[in-house]
Amino acid sequence: MSWPRPGSPHPEVANRTRAVGPPRWVFVPAAAGAVFVVLPLAAIIARVRWSGFLALVTSDSSLAALALSLRTSATSTLLCVGLGVPMAMVLARTSFPGQQVLRSLVLLPLVLPPVVGGIALLYTFGRRGLLGHTLEVLGIQVAFTTAAVIMAQTFVALPFLVVSLEGALRTSGERYEAVAATLGAGPTTVFRRVTLPLVLPGLAAGAVLSFARSLGEFGATITFAGSLQGVTRTLPLEIYLQREVDPDAAVALSLVLVLVAVLVIGLVRAGRAA
Amino acid sequence: MTVFELSATVRHRGLHVAFSVGEHEVVALLGPNGAGKSTVLSVVAGLLRPDVGHATLGERVLFDVGRPGASQASFLPAHRRSVALLAQQPLLFPHLTARDNVAFGPRSAGRSRAESRAIATRWLAEVDATQLAHRRPAQLSGGQAQRVAVARALATDPGLLLMDEPMAALDVAVAPTLRQMLRRVLADRAVVIVTHDVLDALLLADRVIVLENGHVVEDGPTSQVLARPRSAFAAQIAGLNMVRGTYDGRGVRNPDGLLIEGLTEDRVDPGDSAVAVFRPSAVGVYTRPPGGSPRNVIDVTVTELEPHGDQIRVRTAELSADVTAGAVADLDLAPARRVVFAVKANEVAIYRS
Repeated sequence: MSWPRPGSPHPEVANRTRAVGPPRWVFVPAAAGAVFVVLPLAAIIARVRWSGFLALVTSDSSLAALALSLRTSATSTLLCVGLGVPMAMVLARTSFPGQQVLRSLVLLPLVLPPVVGGIALLYTFGRRGLLGHTLEVLGIQVAFTTAAVIMAQTFVALPFLVVSLEGALRTSGERYEAVAATLGAGPTTVFRRVTLPLVLPGLAAGAVLSFARSLGEFGATITFAGSLQGVTRTLPLEIYLQREVDPDAAVALSLVLVLVAVLVIGLVRAGRAA
Repeated sequence: MTVFELSATVRHRGLHVAFSVGEHEVVALLGPNGAGKSTVLSVVAGLLRPDVGHATLGERVLFDVGRPGASQASFLPAHRRSVALLAQQPLLFPHLTARDNVAFGPRSAGRSRAESRAIATRWLAEVDATQLAHRRPAQLSGGQAQRVAVARALATDPGLLLMDEPMAALDVAVAPTLRQMLRRVLADRAVVIVTHDVLDALLLADRVIVLENGHVVEDGPTSQVLARPRSAFAAQIAGLNMVRGTYDGRGVRNPDGLLIEGLTEDRVDPGDSAVAVFRPSAVGVYTRPPGGSPRNVIDVTVTELEPHGDQIRVRTAELSADVTAGAVADLDLAPARRVVFAVKANEVAIYRS
């Protein structure tokens, strides 16, 4: 899996008439699909009450939720990089019995309903969970804290980073690494000076996907971390709550989340183009 | 003095070889496709673990594995071997400039940034690539990239340099320049060069080892192996035309007065003794002197016709040419028939002897 690539770097190539193109009928379902994705976004914008917009998105609860979301998503992205890069290296550059099974298990959160992930986390780290007693003895209380938010986000976002980085590692191949080794570079030097720089675009794409996934996390968070203003109530949770009491605020905050997502994608494209 | 010794068996590739390399010796590893040449290089470089074997470079044991009775196996990883590998593709790190590519080895060996850059600058000059220092690999031509790759391999000052067909991926027009540069920088080094090209072996190597089906079938001084080949492969690639004589500014003139013009791959001055080398396949056979582009035209008398692969080798007293069976019929070739051999000057390599 990789982030959608920007258009052809050579406009003159893109503009040239293609000798062989897709069949004409594919444009109909393609257009239908595009409308299906774009129309709801337009609907949000159409529904925003611009007069009260600023007040709604700068209310105490909104700002607290936005700040919490950005902070926890950034932290979980860092955790995803810290844990995911080694995981992708092990999956792409080694082979051992049971590797296929392990890969499938690691990628499970991709297809698991987030609520199920939240329950799994609760019965692992919660007070009555698998490690709950041990943590309690150590005086650590995880569930329903900001740490739980970060754990929930990392749990669902990690596979995105592992998948895109493993793909990048497999594509870049081991030939440069072999050359580097024959030039006297030890494994750590090869990793730092050859492997990582070569897969940097893949790593950036994976990190952005992880960040976006963390930012949108809802199910696992509300199950494992609850919804405490300023502590565990991230922006998606705030939007869900506001929808009941103040639909205008929910719409305004949704637009904020859309803008943040657009901004992230734009930053990555700018970084890639540079 | 022997500096490198190898004996290795890789079962799943059917490889079983043993040979050594002298201190200042360039050894050419020849053989048909699939003979195991690249496997040998992988084993020596530390990229492939042999089932059985041992190798030493200088005082150090590179590996010693699978010997019955040996107390324990040893296997030095690639980065501790001081064995540099130059592949067919330059494989320059795409994210580093040419200079930083060359500085990579010294950096990895623990030299300071400034020291490594100084070493890189020196080696880039050595391969005539100073002006390329700040370019990225994507901005280099194939020949330029391969020159930088040579500098990168040599900048680590390897105890043994391995080259896997370093000229195979290059333009025919670029190969002579690179070959000339290699002749210069490979002197005084221990080198194993895998090649398909008998000209590479002749011009670069002191010794030739021929590999067939994973076994060494011939091992001897280059001139001897190419002059009196004992293996089928060596026989097939040998038989180069060589005209020895004196360089007169235009070409090589032999004692009989025959003048062969060509491209000088070395610095050759008039009066130097020199050799003109060309492949039998580069020779055209005519019944009358042909016109057209400048070429060497030689009157010869056919002495012998013999099958050579899917072609016929036309032998004369000194030179030979490869032609198709159809051409033999068309030209009515037979022993004692007088014909004209023509060779384009750019198919002839002239070097100092």
